[in-house]
Amino acid sequence: MVPADLRYTKEHEWVAIVGELATVGITQYAADQLGDVVFVELPAVGRTLEQFATFGVVESVKAVSDLFAPLTGEVVETNDALSGEPELVNSDPFAKGWMVKLRLADPAQADRLLDAAAYEQLTAEG
Amino acid sequence: MPYGPHAADDRARMLGSIGVSSVDALFDDIPGPLRASPLRLDPPEPELELSARLAGLAARNRVDLASFLGAGAYRHWTPAAVDQLLLRGEWYTAYTPYQPEVSQGTLQSIYEYQSLLAALTGLDVVSASHYDGGAATAEAALMACRATRRDRILVSRGVHPHYRQTLATYALGPGLEVEEVPLVADGPAGGTTDLEALERRLADRDRPVAGVVAAQPNILGALEPMGEIGRLAHAAGALFVAVVEPVSLAVLAPPGEYGADIAAGEGQPLGIPLGYGGPYLGIVACTDALVRQIPGRLVGMTTDLDGRRAFVMTMRAREQDIRRERAASNICTNQALLALAASIYLATIGPHGLRDVAAAGAARAAELEAALAGAGAARIGTAAYLNEFVVRVPNAPAVHDRLLEGGILAGIPTARLLPDEPALADGLLVCATELTTPDEIARFATALRAELAVAPGVAPQTRGAP
Amino acid sequence: MSVVGERLQPTLFERSRPGRGGGKIPHPPADALDRIPADARRATPAALPELAEPEVVRHYVNLSQLNYAVDTGFYPLGSCTMKYNPKLNEWAARLPGFAGLHPLAPDATAQGTLQLLFELEAMLAEISGMDAVTLQPAAGAQGELTGILVIRAYHRSRGDLERTEVLIPDSSHGTNPATASMAGFHTITIPSAPDGGVDLDAFRAALGPRTAAIMITNPSTLGLFEHRIGELLEATHAAGALAYMDGANLNAILGRFKPGEAGFDVMHFNTHKTFSTPHGGGGPGAGPVGVRAHLVPFLPSPRVLRADDGRYRLEAWGERPDSIGRMRSFVGSTGVLVRAYAYLRAHGAAGLREVSDDAVLAANYLRVRVAAALDVPFDRPCKHEFVASAAALKHRTGVRTLDIAKRLIDKGFHPPTIYFPLTVEEAMLIEPTETESIETLDAFADALIEIAHEAETDPELVTGAPHDAPVRRLDEATAARQPNLRWRGMTGAETPCPD
Repeated sequence: MVPADLRYTKEHEWVAIVGELATVGITQYAADQLGDVVFVELPAVGRTLEQFATFGVVESVKAVSDLFAPLTGEVVETNDALSGEPELVNSDPFAKGWMVKLRLADPAQADRLLDAAAYEQLTAEG
Repeated sequence: MPYGPHAADDRARMLGSIGVSSVDALFDDIPGPLRASPLRLDPPEPELELSARLAGLAARNRVDLASFLGAGAYRHWTPAAVDQLLLRGEWYTAYTPYQPEVSQGTLQSIYEYQSLLAALTGLDVVSASHYDGGAATAEAALMACRATRRDRILVSRGVHPHYRQTLATYALGPGLEVEEVPLVADGPAGGTTDLEALERRLADRDRPVAGVVAAQPNILGALEPMGEIGRLAHAAGALFVAVVEPVSLAVLAPPGEYGADIAAGEGQPLGIPLGYGGPYLGIVACTDALVRQIPGRLVGMTTDLDGRRAFVMTMRAREQDIRRERAASNICTNQALLALAASIYLATIGPHGLRDVAAAGAARAAELEAALAGAGAARIGTAAYLNEFVVRVPNAPAVHDRLLEGGILAGIPTARLLPDEPALADGLLVCATELTTPDEIARFATALRAELAVAPGVAPQTRGAP
Repeated sequence: MSVVGERLQPTLFERSRPGRGGGKIPHPPADALDRIPADARRATPAALPELAEPEVVRHYVNLSQLNYAVDTGFYPLGSCTMKYNPKLNEWAARLPGFAGLHPLAPDATAQGTLQLLFELEAMLAEISGMDAVTLQPAAGAQGELTGILVIRAYHRSRGDLERTEVLIPDSSHGTNPATASMAGFHTITIPSAPDGGVDLDAFRAALGPRTAAIMITNPSTLGLFEHRIGELLEATHAAGALAYMDGANLNAILGRFKPGEAGFDVMHFNTHKTFSTPHGGGGPGAGPVGVRAHLVPFLPSPRVLRADDGRYRLEAWGERPDSIGRMRSFVGSTGVLVRAYAYLRAHGAAGLREVSDDAVLAANYLRVRVAAALDVPFDRPCKHEFVASAAALKHRTGVRTLDIAKRLIDKGFHPPTIYFPLTVEEAMLIEPTETESIETLDAFADALIEIAHEAETDPELVTGAPHDAPVRRLDEATAARQPNLRWRGMTGAETPCPD
């Protein structure tokens, strides 16, 4: 079961929202599909992401996948640990494998995201 | 069919197993109206006749000339071991090493090639090969645009015209702006990139430059102020792309020493036959910072399940089969066998040998310059050169043709190679290598003297006169 | 890292010792470089290894023996056409008259090569039903870029500047969309229909005034002839777009289908697939491009021309102002083209038709036999290759296509193409070619059947394969995360040059 307190996109990103700050990553399901992650391309701090637009790229040995922003906001921090240890996305995608932190423009946008149950259903249909 | 494997009843057995009466049935899905008209080709030739045909064609080429022609492809002695090793079927009939467990030969040899060219260029990363110097230069420029997110390239007219033309074609798709930087006309810097003109073009804040491209030596054989060109490029936030000739890198400062970000070049001088233009070897190299932008395959060292050292194609997510429309380059098939040839050449000739090849060319070129000057054809320009330079010869194309009749390939008229450099209308671009003999030089000088003496009203030229 | 495997080799750098080797050319005078200004000279010597010739030879012979190759065994790589590489072609390319010719040699001294290139163009034009051919591109992908740039130039010459899209099936080779991007176009991906062909309705819906071109591989990457190709081409032209054919699978249709005749405007050939030029461990190849008459003005320059008196010459730069320019230096990968020429002359029309007949026969024979081991999703005659799928096997046993491929290595075969095309789950694309005997085909089918059985009874044997190769499965993740792309053990100070 994926963490119940997070929200999810159809493209397998998760987001943890605390007030107007959000932390974003990808789910274990996505990481498993990709295989061993070797590189994560993240946006620069200060860039504004638009909900559901691409904001970066995850590379594995044999695949490449776009990252889609779950919410609109300004990038305030990126996870520097991923450049030396991209494998954190595979081993701990919901915690140490986090990718970006955003200052949200409109937290109500979260209504357009899936909750844990809906995301579970999506991946079960797989 | 000359290489068909089938014995008398093999085909019948296969048809029976499939359950059709004839092979035509397997082509039924080609719609009637679209089926091909009969194929009209000359009758097939068995090996004996075909070999005579091929030998006859080869004999119609003249390769017995005393050649002073360079201009991007160079005559060198290839040690016999190179081709003998290249003839092993395990090398040339192997496929791309996608299954590393059965391709360690190819993979290790590519890793070694990457290492050898990194040593020569002084840069960190070398791709497994590109098509040729022209495509390598074009894709190096595209790299600079991607890395800087700018779309303007400045290319010196000292870069080989074919490379500049290839760059112009590759620029069409992304809509890049490619501007040429002229050469200095005369004086001590004559024949090299005009640094003031470069600086002016770099200064346009509204049109920032992604990359500056210059060659060392340049197409006229002159040595360029690469360090200064690089400084100007970097000061404007542009990357510096150096176009290099690999044999010269044994003695000339390499791109890594003068601050180039990317190097491109032609590896043909490293044990690859002239072969009327190919297959050749495109060299692309870059700093570590740009590794994710480099086109082409990369081989890395790793370990296997049991801890053995092994080699594998890596960072593949850059490539077309994974990134598809977002790939940096569409390159798939490369020039792997030629990279192998270059590696075997370098391993066989060794660092001292490579230096000797470069130095011998320089020595012969100095002798050539003196002999031609003595014959009445002085060098144009006074910039330093390694083994290639331009001499002034009135009516150079006609003189060239007449010398050819006498068995001398007197380089190439600059009017033909560089028709858009009118100041060089009366020039012959000539080159010497370790293969150039004193006898050939003497023949050339004698024949040229006769040509120049015949032309009426011509006084002997003095050295360095414009 | 130590070298543990008994057949593996140290690198050149580890074998290097100061003072070894050299002596291939006479030493030049000691002052040869004095006239080169010091600031143009290398500060430190290049860190190149020093080995004696016998060591170099052993190094490269031993390394070569770690390779699988067409000359050692069966290579059923779908989409690659790993046919036999004739030795006559190696002899021909090395003839001094061909190998020793400078690419800027005056036309009068190059008549033999120019004639060969001219005749080769004519043969390829006849084979493809096109009106003209350029031999300039150095590879299939470069041929694709050439063809799409020609199409771009065509539209622009007619003032048609709004055509910004290229339609490409989802089963295509990755080079197709990559090429479209390099040429400045946006790729619209067209789904495949259940029968494996292009979904005609989706295709028609995507076609429009913004379509510059379609890029179709025929037979498709599933090894199936696109039997709706007539409709696809008609719809394309009706929309004002042009049709590009990726000729990678030409080995299936020589003498049976001429793309230019059927309505394609432009196509590329892969000489290293259809015409037997060797793969060389990844290259070189050549990617000639054929066009119909309306596209001739835009071909790259220089073309090879023949005058009325039978003399051949290279077009002058600028002689044909609508040319897209150059794709590379000089004329082309001539040594590769000599090999292709020899191949075509050895076969003639009847021989080439037999090539395709036997390629298609072998593929269908294998398709029927392999069905005993794996699922074959398209249960009808294929062309020169077919797709099998291990999806069901994976669900039953956990054994995947990757594992089957590695186990084939233990059985003495090079694996087929795996996980391509992307449209089939756990895909294995198998192309035997026409130069394999029935014994080889049977042995391969038997091996696959054995492995399918092993997957059910002893899956770890398969998932742990290969067991019998010079190395076992590699750590590709670390290789990509911490790239080691060159040897760093030498500085150049080991080989001071006696200046």
